[in-house]
Amino acid sequence: MKEHDVVIIGGGPAGLAAAISARKAGVEDIIILERSHQLGGILNQCIHNGFGLHTFKEELTGPEYAQRFIDQVEEAKIPYLLDTMVLDVQSHKVSYINKNEGMVTIGAKAIVLAMGCRERPRGALNIPGYRPAGIYCAGTAQRLMNIEGYKVGSNVVILGSGDIGLIMARRLTLEGAKVQVVAELMPFSGGLKRNIVQCLDDYDIPLKLSHTVIGIEGKERVTGVTLAQVDDQRKPIPGTEEHYECDTLLLSVGLLPENELSRNAKVRISPVTNGPVVDDTMQTSEDGIFACGNVLHVHDLVDYVSEEASLSGKNAALYVLQGRLEKCEIPLMATDGVRYTVPQTIDVKTMAPLVTVRFRVGNVFKNRSVSVYYDDKRIMCIKKKVLAPGEMEQVILQKKSFEAYPELKQITIKIEEA
Amino acid sequence: MSKKELTCIGCPLGCSLTVDFDDERHEVISVTGNSCPTGDKYARKETTNPTRIVTSSIPVIGGTMAMVSVKTRTDVPKSQIFAIMKEIHQTKIKAPVHIGDVLVHDCAHTKVDIVATRNVDAAR
Repeated sequence: MKEHDVVIIGGGPAGLAAAISARKAGVEDIIILERSHQLGGILNQCIHNGFGLHTFKEELTGPEYAQRFIDQVEEAKIPYLLDTMVLDVQSHKVSYINKNEGMVTIGAKAIVLAMGCRERPRGALNIPGYRPAGIYCAGTAQRLMNIEGYKVGSNVVILGSGDIGLIMARRLTLEGAKVQVVAELMPFSGGLKRNIVQCLDDYDIPLKLSHTVIGIEGKERVTGVTLAQVDDQRKPIPGTEEHYECDTLLLSVGLLPENELSRNAKVRISPVTNGPVVDDTMQTSEDGIFACGNVLHVHDLVDYVSEEASLSGKNAALYVLQGRLEKCEIPLMATDGVRYTVPQTIDVKTMAPLVTVRFRVGNVFKNRSVSVYYDDKRIMCIKKKVLAPGEMEQVILQKKSFEAYPELKQITIKIEEA
Repeated sequence: MSKKELTCIGCPLGCSLTVDFDDERHEVISVTGNSCPTGDKYARKETTNPTRIVTSSIPVIGGTMAMVSVKTRTDVPKSQIFAIMKEIHQTKIKAPVHIGDVLVHDCAHTKVDIVATRNVDAAR
């Protein structure tokens, strides 16, 4: 059995950044396994601009951002296999299949999970009606238009105000389609503010909050949908139904980290993020298996994916070079409006001087503060004018701040009255 | 004089801005609703000279991919977006294409070029 030092599963933004950083940390023998025919992952279809403001201090399109990392991988001569589907991951073992080699199992001193996420489909929504053509997940429509060059539809309703849905509202409009409305079940948008302004407001596309699709008409092709307002229990309110004639319904209703491989590998999965539970080195519950990117938790900015993946790749390399360190992990608890944190545990003895803890809130909060407690003692309180579920937040913990708390049992992050 | 309502995109706060605008002199009289100078600057730019980068994709002939993604090299006046799209729609390009290649010169008389944002090799 062939053995590699670091095996990276997925050649999207996370996998590429992890590979580059593992090489920089001193590991020669790295391989990236990618199921598509090209590197770059989802960025290949995200042709809009706005990527890289944090990383490169300039505004790039998705393919340009991906190419910067692909160039680094090529320069570093890091090997990768395309059209290669990983079928199984176990501690220190990866099985994949491709046309040239058939089914292969390789050894791996360390593994980085970077498989990304997929879209929540119609089947998860229980919308009554037939199953006609013309119902797409927004990202699928994005791929069909931007990469395959198909026209997706001409008269469109979009359900869900996630960023992909907003981006597609603009894209379809520019391609000559009429986007009538974006309906959002929640009383707030799940997308970034700049996307609401530049994708909807710019083209006078209405955003209907607290609205959902309650019926889809059409047998062969969608012919119309019915929207209704929902109450605070998210139940449709009778009498608020509105009918829209349309040939296309896009769904932008959430992303799900793609963790079948992780589950097979017995990696512990968080019920909140649907991604692996990780420590401050991005290591999962399984020895030598690390995670990063959207398979870990869904991000809004690729810049943060790259940053997190670099950390993951570096630590996978250090694991190969130094072996597993004895861990003394302190749990991070997310409560009072904070839905989760990544990482979920920190080892205050072996941690880096600074550890970024990323999290999302469960609701829109105004004029509150983000507070960090070491056991019962509040050690940080950051005032925030607004916190929204659609925008990932972060706090940075300093290693030296733990020196005064040798008996620390728990770190808590919560939202409090300012 | 007219009033314009905008949402600031400077940060997640998304302030609702109201701009009093002198239509005759094409000047901003006042900006209200902003909670920081970014909002004021954004509102003035958005009302006097709003610009955007336009992105799209163009069919490739004889390439390993069907489409190549493109963008305007710099931001363009918002009012020109559909004129630019019209010209993009009339364009096809032969492979190979490289990032940064100019695919349309001076698109829709904006003096701004359309450039490729990805590489597409020629099909063998």
